[in-house]
Amino acid sequence: MNPTNYLYLSAILFSIGAVGVIVRKNAIVVFMCIELMLNAANLAFVTFAKINGNLEGQVMAFFTMVVAACEVVVGLAIIVTIFRSRRSASVDDASLLNR
Amino acid sequence: MSGESALFWVLAPLAVLASVAMLFMKKAVHSAILLAWVMITLAIFYIALEAPFLGIVQIVVYTGAVMMLFLFILMLVGVDSSDSLVEKIKGIRSVAIFTALAFSLTLITFIARAELGRPSVGLEEANSGGNVEGLAQYLFSDYVWAFEVISALLITAALGAMVLAHSEKSDVARTSQKSRSIARFRGKSIATAAGLPGSGVYARNNALDLPALLPDGKPSDLSIAEVLHRRGDVAESKSYELEGLPKIDDEGNK
Repeated sequence: MNPTNYLYLSAILFSIGAVGVIVRKNAIVVFMCIELMLNAANLAFVTFAKINGNLEGQVMAFFTMVVAACEVVVGLAIIVTIFRSRRSASVDDASLLNR
Repeated sequence: MSGESALFWVLAPLAVLASVAMLFMKKAVHSAILLAWVMITLAIFYIALEAPFLGIVQIVVYTGAVMMLFLFILMLVGVDSSDSLVEKIKGIRSVAIFTALAFSLTLITFIARAELGRPSVGLEEANSGGNVEGLAQYLFSDYVWAFEVISALLITAALGAMVLAHSEKSDVARTSQKSRSIARFRGKSIATAAGLPGSGVYARNNALDLPALLPDGKPSDLSIAEVLHRRGDVAESKSYELEGLPKIDDEGNK
């Protein structure tokens, strides 16, 4: 099978994740959509590794996974902190600069 | 149809379907489960793309650790913290969907028209010494500096999460038995000063969700814990109530 099909899938998943980041209000769901976008990018990396016959794409995907893990840990800690002080995990409620 | 393309055409639509459904789920837990499914699908794709190490890491790190963390925080923040569906910025939903459609169509067109100039090489040669060995070769030679920096990043993230999520003390004052006892007697009424009545104990039933019966045969709401009332889990006590007793109102008059 032509590996470019995986690239199409990656593009679609990335766009779906982007819509989720903009449309959803719950900070945790927004975070999950960012994870989906990172995963889509990873799929593109792994596919390019196969197309080019070179393992460096997989090394990049590996690094992305580590960075994503760090990002999740810090991001969820921030969400917990915001939830503690404002009793809400909605991204619309944290708008102090707006008022 | 080869095995790989069959795998792709079965799993890829399911992954797209699950990720679209993820956007429409009202409860965050459902979104998390759907995302876990998408991640498992991607892990299968990685293995099909001759990246067995990344496939396993995807399952262990993403569906294992990251989704676990997500569910853990969801339970902490409250499972039923569902979304408000009000648009704060007018029309942002349609704009977002339109932009994303345009973006994905552009990407797909570019990918379709891109001339790679040669057929896919495949990883048979690169994986000849083993996939893990090949990755390790890169990680510990060309990318050793990035590898070290990323270890520092992991430690920083762990420390940052500890600092952010650490709370000195709960701001809810702890009540002692003494203060609760004083509050019972200084309250509006001393009707419950001796403590709330226990739940019903009958010859055939003895459970926390069965109300106790008052002298006139009425069930007593006070004998059931508040949380059971809210959940609507109070058992029916009709069959234990006595008939023909004079009814007494709350002031004790017949």
